[in-house]
This record gives sequence, C-alpha cells and structure tokens, in this order.
Amino acid sequence: MIAINHAQVDYAALLQLAWPEILLVVAALAAVAVDLLLLRKQATRLRFAVAASLGSLGCVAAILRLALAPVHANLLDGTLIANPLVRLVQIAVLVLTIFTLLLSVDSQFTAHVGEFVLLILTATTGMMFLVASQDLLVIFISLELLSLSLYILAAFSKRSLQSWEAALKYFLFGGMSAAFLLFGFSLLYGLSNSTSLLAIAGSIHGPSLNPLLVIAIVTTTVGLGFKVAAAPFHFWAPDVYQGAPAPSAAFIASASKVASFFLFFQLATLGFAGAEGSAALPHIVRGWVPVLALVAAVSMVLGNLVAITQSSLRRLLAYSAVAHAGYMLLAIVAHTQQSLAALLYYVITYALATIGAFAVIAVVEDNKGSDQLSHFDGLARQAPGLSLGLAIFILSLAGIPPLAGFFGKFYLFVTVLQSSKGLLWLVVLAIAMSAVSLYYYLKVLKRMYVLPLASDAEKFESPILSQVIVAALAAAVVLLGCAPHLLLRWIEAALQASGL
Amino acid sequence: MLAWTIYISFLGAAAMFLLPRGSVALARILALLTAVAGFALALAAFVQHRSGEMLTVTRVPWIPSLGIEYHLAADGISLTLILLTGIVSITGILFSWDVEHRTKEFFAFYLVLIGAVYGVFLSYDLFLLFVFYEIVIIPKYFLIAIWGSTRREYGAMKLVLYSFIGSAMVLVGLIAAYVVAGSHSMSLGDLAGYPFSLHFQMFAFPLVFVGFAILAGLWPFHTWAPTGHVAAPTAASMLLAGVVMKLGAYGCLRVAMTLFPLGLITPWSHHLLGLGSWRDVFALLAVIGIVYGALVALVQKDFKFVIGYSSVSHMGFILLGLMTLNQIGLSGAVVQMFSHGILAGLLFAVVGRMVYARTHTRELATLGPMNLNRVIPFAAVTFVIAGMASMGLPGFSGFVAELMILVGAWHAFPMLAVCVGIGIVIGVVYVWRAMQKAFFAESRSQPTPPEHPLAPISLPERLGAIILIGASVLVGVYPQLLLNIIIPALNSPLFDGLRKGGWQ
Repeated sequence: MIAINHAQVDYAALLQLAWPEILLVVAALAAVAVDLLLLRKQATRLRFAVAASLGSLGCVAAILRLALAPVHANLLDGTLIANPLVRLVQIAVLVLTIFTLLLSVDSQFTAHVGEFVLLILTATTGMMFLVASQDLLVIFISLELLSLSLYILAAFSKRSLQSWEAALKYFLFGGMSAAFLLFGFSLLYGLSNSTSLLAIAGSIHGPSLNPLLVIAIVTTTVGLGFKVAAAPFHFWAPDVYQGAPAPSAAFIASASKVASFFLFFQLATLGFAGAEGSAALPHIVRGWVPVLALVAAVSMVLGNLVAITQSSLRRLLAYSAVAHAGYMLLAIVAHTQQSLAALLYYVITYALATIGAFAVIAVVEDNKGSDQLSHFDGLARQAPGLSLGLAIFILSLAGIPPLAGFFGKFYLFVTVLQSSKGLLWLVVLAIAMSAVSLYYYLKVLKRMYVLPLASDAEKFESPILSQVIVAALAAAVVLLGCAPHLLLRWIEAALQASGL
Repeated sequence: MLAWTIYISFLGAAAMFLLPRGSVALARILALLTAVAGFALALAAFVQHRSGEMLTVTRVPWIPSLGIEYHLAADGISLTLILLTGIVSITGILFSWDVEHRTKEFFAFYLVLIGAVYGVFLSYDLFLLFVFYEIVIIPKYFLIAIWGSTRREYGAMKLVLYSFIGSAMVLVGLIAAYVVAGSHSMSLGDLAGYPFSLHFQMFAFPLVFVGFAILAGLWPFHTWAPTGHVAAPTAASMLLAGVVMKLGAYGCLRVAMTLFPLGLITPWSHHLLGLGSWRDVFALLAVIGIVYGALVALVQKDFKFVIGYSSVSHMGFILLGLMTLNQIGLSGAVVQMFSHGILAGLLFAVVGRMVYARTHTRELATLGPMNLNRVIPFAAVTFVIAGMASMGLPGFSGFVAELMILVGAWHAFPMLAVCVGIGIVIGVVYVWRAMQKAFFAESRSQPTPPEHPLAPISLPERLGAIILIGASVLVGVYPQLLLNIIIPALNSPLFDGLRKGGWQ
C-alpha cells in the first residue's frame, strides 16, 4: 500500500463521506434493538411493520444525506469516492432496498424479524461501499459483506428445506467465486504493486497482454460473473430464486444486481483500461472484451432456451435473469459512456420489474402454497389488480413497448452498435433471443388471462400493502417506458458531472 | 385532431374497465361509439386533406438525447389506410355483437389493437412507429387465445411469434440505420434522406423488408396467416386480414423501400437462378404467393381456410405491386391494401359470424346439405357479392386494384404477369367452388328440418355488410377518390430515392 504511506488519512473527511452508511447501520441496530427489547411478544406482522419502517427510515435518511451532501470527493486515491454517478447508483440501491423491506412486512417465513432487517441493511451498506470505491481491497471487503449477508438471507426460511439447499448452494458457489476473484485481485496487485484501479490500469498498459493478466481477467470475470448470474456461473440462481424467501429473492435479484453491474463496469473499464481487445467481427483482438462477449452470448442463449422448459415462475425468472445478465453484459462489452447510461437505465428498470414480479409471487404463494405456473391459472379472475401488475412486469421484461424494458433494450442495443459496427453480431443475437423469450413470458400471461380458474379455487386474499407496492412499481415501469427521459436525463447529467 | 383517433381508442379501452359488472350492452355501445368517433375523425381528415401534402399532426420532442420525437404525420397513403381502419373497426364491432363471454375485456383488447394500428399509420418517427407496431402484437394474442376457435392457443402463439420475429428483424435494421446515420434522428424523412452506402442497403433492405413482409403474408413466411385467421374470432379475423396485414405492407412501402431504395433496385453482380436483384426475388415470391395461395384455397375443406388462403393470394398482389416500382403498380398496391382490407373483412364476417356462429361448423361438406341459400339468404347474397368483388369483377374495388397492379407488372415483369393471370383464374375457381359447396349444394336427400332453426341475420350484421359492400363499390366505381391523394403522395420527396432508380 505504497499510496497510503504518502497520503495523510483525513478521518473527518472519511466520516463525512460515510454518513449514509453510518445512518444505515444505526437504523439496522435500532431495528434489532427495538424488535428484541420491546416487541418480542407481539405478532410477527407488527414486528415486521416496525422493523421495516425503521429500516426504511434509515434508507430515506441516507438518501436525503446523499442528496444534500457535497457530491465530489476522492479519499486516498479512490479508496472511497463520491460523485454524482455513484450517488445515483447508491440512491437506486436504497430505493430498491426500501421496496424490499416493505415487501417483507406481510411475510410469515420467520420469527427473527430484527435480524432479517439487520441483514438487509448490512447488505445495503456493503453495496453502498461497493459502488463508491475504486480500490481492490475495499471492493473485496464490501463484496464479502454483501455476499455473506445475502447467504444468510437466502437461508432465512428455517422451516423450508428448499431455503436451506438454496443457501448452501449459494454459499458454496459464492465462496468458490470469491476465491477466484481474490486470486485475480492478487495477480493484479502483483502486476501493478497497487490496489487502486487507476494505478493498475496504468501499469498493465502495454503492446501485448501479460499471461498473468490474462489469468487475472478470466478469474475476475468468473468472480463477478457469479455475482451477476451470467452463464456458465449461474448454477446458484435457479435454486436461490426458488428456495429463498420472497423478499430475500427479490433483493438478490434486484438491488444486488444494480450494484454488481455497476461494479463490473467500473472494474472492467477503469481497472483493465488498455487491455480491452475487441470483440468486433471480423477481427477479434485479445483482451477482456472478447471474454465478456463470449459470456454474454452464452448467457443470452442458455438463459432464454432453458427458461422455456420451466414449470415454476421463480425458476423461470431465474433463467430469464441469466438472459438479462447477458444483455446487460453487452453494455460492458461496448464500454462507452453512453453504454454505461444504457446499462444503468436497463438495470434499474429491470430491478423494478423484478421486485414487482416477486411481490406478486409472494401473494400467490401465501394463497396457494407454491409458485408453480399452474397456480397462476385464471389469476386474472381472482386478483385482477395483481394480475395486471404481473402482466406489466413480465411484458416489460420481455421488452414490449411502451414499457420500460423496451426502451432499455433499444437504448442498450443502440449504444452497443454505436461503440463498434462490428458488434452487430451480438446485437442480432440479443434481438433474436429476445424474440424467443416472448414465448415463455407469454405462457405466463396465458395462464393468468386465458385459462379458466380451477373449479375448486379458494378465496384469494391480497394484502393492501402488497397491492400498493405492485401498483407503485407498475406505474413506475409504465411511466419510465412512456417517458424514458425522466430517468435518462438524470443518468446523463450524472455522467457528465462525473466527467466519465 | 387526427391524433385523437389513437387516443380515443385507448381511452375507450380504458373506459371499458369503468363500466359496471355485467354491462354487456353498454360495452358494445361504448365500443361502437369509440370506433365511430375514430372513423369520423379519419373521414374529416380525409375530406380536408389537400393532395400531395404531408400533414404534420403532432410533433414534440420525446427523448431529446436520442433525437427521438413524438411525431405524427399523414399523407395520402396513410390517410387511405386510416380510413380503412376506421371502416373495418366499426364493422368488426357490428359483427361481434354476439360476444357474450368476457365482453368488456374483448372490446378493450379490440380497441387497444385499433388504437395501435392508427398509431402505426400515423407515425412519422420510426421509433414511434415501432412502438405502435409492437403494441399491436399483444392484444392480437389475447383476442385469439381467449375468444378464438379451432386450435386457438396454437394459432395465437404462432401468429405472435411470427410477428415478433418479423419485428425483431425490423428492429435490427432500424437500429443499424439509426446508428449508421449518426444517431441524430429517427425521423422517417431524415433517415430516408441519408445516403446509406450501397453495401449497407444491400443487407438492410431485405432484412427490414422481410421483417415487415412476414406480417404481410409473404410466401414462404405466410403460414401464420391461415392458422391465425381461422383460430381468431370473427372480429379479430377481420382486423387481422383487414388492417394488421396491411401494417406489414405499409411498413414495406413506407420504411423498407424509402430507407433503402438502392438495396431494392441495384442489380447484383451475379445472377442467381435467373434472379438479378432483390426486386426480382421479392416479385417472384409475391407471384408464388398469389398462385400458391389460390391453389391451396382451392382444395380446402374448411370454409374459413379458403378465405385465409385467399388472403395470402391477395396480399401477394400488394407485394407484387410494390415491386413493379412504377406509378400505376405502386398506386394499385395501395388501392389493393384498401380493397383487400374491406373484402377480407366482409368474407370473414360472412364465414365467421353469419355462417359459423349459427351452424357451428365450417366444413364445406357439412354446410352444403343445410341449404343455407334458403335458410339465411342474406348471407348467401353477401357472399356472392363479396366473392365477385374478390374475383375482381368490374364495379368493385378489387378490379381496379388488381388491374392496376397487373398493368404495372406487365411493364416490369412480363413473364410474371402471365403467371399472375393464371392466379386470377384460379381465384375465380376457388371462390366459385366455396360458394357452390357452402350455399348452393343440392342435397340429394330430402332436407331434414334442423333441430334448432338458425337465427335470422341480425340488424348489426346487415348494417356491417352494407357498409363494407358500399365502400368496395364506391372505390370500384370512382377510384379517383383514393387515387387523387395516393398518387401525389407517391410523388412526394419521401420517395425520391426510389424514383431515381427506374421509376417510369
């Protein structure tokens, strides 16, 4: 850590910069304390309501702090930074966390309410640091904070064997991928004698790729590919999506994706600058771009084809998540400023739609016992509001206009092609695969709207809070689809102001 | 005002959900009023239209950082098709007066479909056009899958996947064109004016053209059409054949051919199987479609399949007309879009609503002994008239359109024109055969009185049939009505690129 020897650590500035995270941790501890000291004997729902409100309050406080604080800071060579772009991603993560917390209020899967909220908030804290750092050590530590919280969240439904299995798989694969990542990081440190991404980029620059660097690129891709559930590192995803309690699964599928993709983009474009190579046909040049292009292509094909055969909605969403990870990796392959804007727009709207879908799944599971597709037969007759919501989320994932998912795809593909005409093959593959995806998405809609309700259907109860969440998310997806500029303007302004 | 054709349809669809539970009659009337209002707006614009002008309806920035605008505009070609949409949407509702199952949802999906179709015809910005083009897909699926008949879920899924694959091809082409042209604007005029390189046009033209032509029933990508039409409920078949297939043809003319004219015209360096350019290829495919559709229609046992394949045949005329690249052929193609929209609607209405909804069978062999010409004479008369119009008898719109296309084809492809002549003759035969088998078959045994006497033809059906026949006759007798605005539109600067290469 040569850089630190010369720099004076300014703890006051560090504290200033870490205020949002501190607020989150305080809120988390408050939630645990209140839950364990005051509410132990109360009903689970009340405990969840109180703990989730405290947690959300913490998130809101953190958002306010982010919105009001000075936006440009850089501590210790990028160990902790603040700029409008980081702030935007952090706010997106916080908003998604609030939705997750609200989603958990009506759930019954656990009696350890305070701990659940605590873990959600520690995971959020991990994500906040993750996106705000350009230093390998801090990145790795925040990533572990995030991952360890998520493993426990996946296992939180203690009565469910599936939840155990999911968490164990997640943990084992996660541990392995962390090892890969750390190995890659250690090679990068060895190559550059620094943990700062910019310094690494400076020292790996050269006419030809160092073989060690190639190994570092590949292992880092494995580690981060696991986080974003890209094929062939996606094996945990279907089990976790299916086995984890609904709020945990929603959280893993949304907020953690936003943070991980942003990190992936940063790491690739800042840390590996100069070793890009090219995936543009007909002249593929060695570097990290062709590696990611390959992973993206495999994810798109495999995710979409396997999703067709699923009979559980959560597993279907898991494979569709693999496919979406493939689309989003294209933005990293393109690695331009516009493609970062497209990536952020895509991943944020994708996260909104995914949380919404899990909100509906949670209600259906409470009523019918599982997320088998056959339980969605005739849902539109029983719960028209929720069905309309799920239809909007699913069509948005399928990329049907005028929903947010369509503009996300359009903009993403435009930016990829803008970066290089030679990437047309990836764009064609992506668009062809999204045509395939419509088939399985429509199968879900068909069950809800076309098939009749089972004759022995029992009464269906949808909690008010869930309906409100679904309505809010659906409105957001429609609004961002009809007026993409609302979000896009903000992303572009942040990009400009951050000087990227 | 013309933009309100879109909004009013969407608002009507939204209003369906505000109606009280079980109000079937109210839903029908609301739907009819919405469609009539849309038609009235379309007609007003049609009457006021000054020939040759590109009328800007609305133009506001939409996504400024990408140069995408919410830009609606209409010229003679789009106005013709908007008018067609208005007519078909009204009659479609009249012919679905008997929908009792989930009525409100039916009309909601129906009106969303109509609104999106208006949107496609009015869009001048290609991003906007694509948005509306894709919105069309989803209501189609539900209309067929929920209210359809024979193998409805299969037919619906097949139709949707074909449409989506087509639009995926279009999307690739549009994104490529947008990026190559510098990513400043998605406006049709701007992109059509951009000099794309010949190499680029050579691959982009067939991509976008086929993408749209899949929806227009281009052989060999037509197979969704007969199954989809047959599975669909009457109103949806009318819309599918009447206007949705026209979306494809409109896209071919309006987008593919204006954006990439060189890809269409320029001869290849090598001749392949006697074909020298994309123009030859698509003209040949169109003619194969004409003859093949007619031949297959000739041997169908199911009444609705006869009409389904006849649509493939008639759509072949439109595509052939586009490929002639001369004024008479192109304007004939646009008139044929209108004419086929009206006539296909009428034929599907007779088969689906007047016959099938009463007899519950479409087997020609079973229909024959029912002596339908005596039981429901109105249906028989309507079918005879519609059949004559469809064969291309003078006095009906089909005659004018097909004659113009044939003359155009004679100039451009004399050999193919002969084949088209054969197709027309087969067209006469299959209509005659279906008519004879369904309505005028002499039953050998004494006709047994059916257990349930068939309901008489209702007033909405009569009204719908009269509107459609009237429209066809009007255009047949006075084609200048449409040609006066179509021809100036074809001579507008938008088509400069095409005119430079081989316009006669």
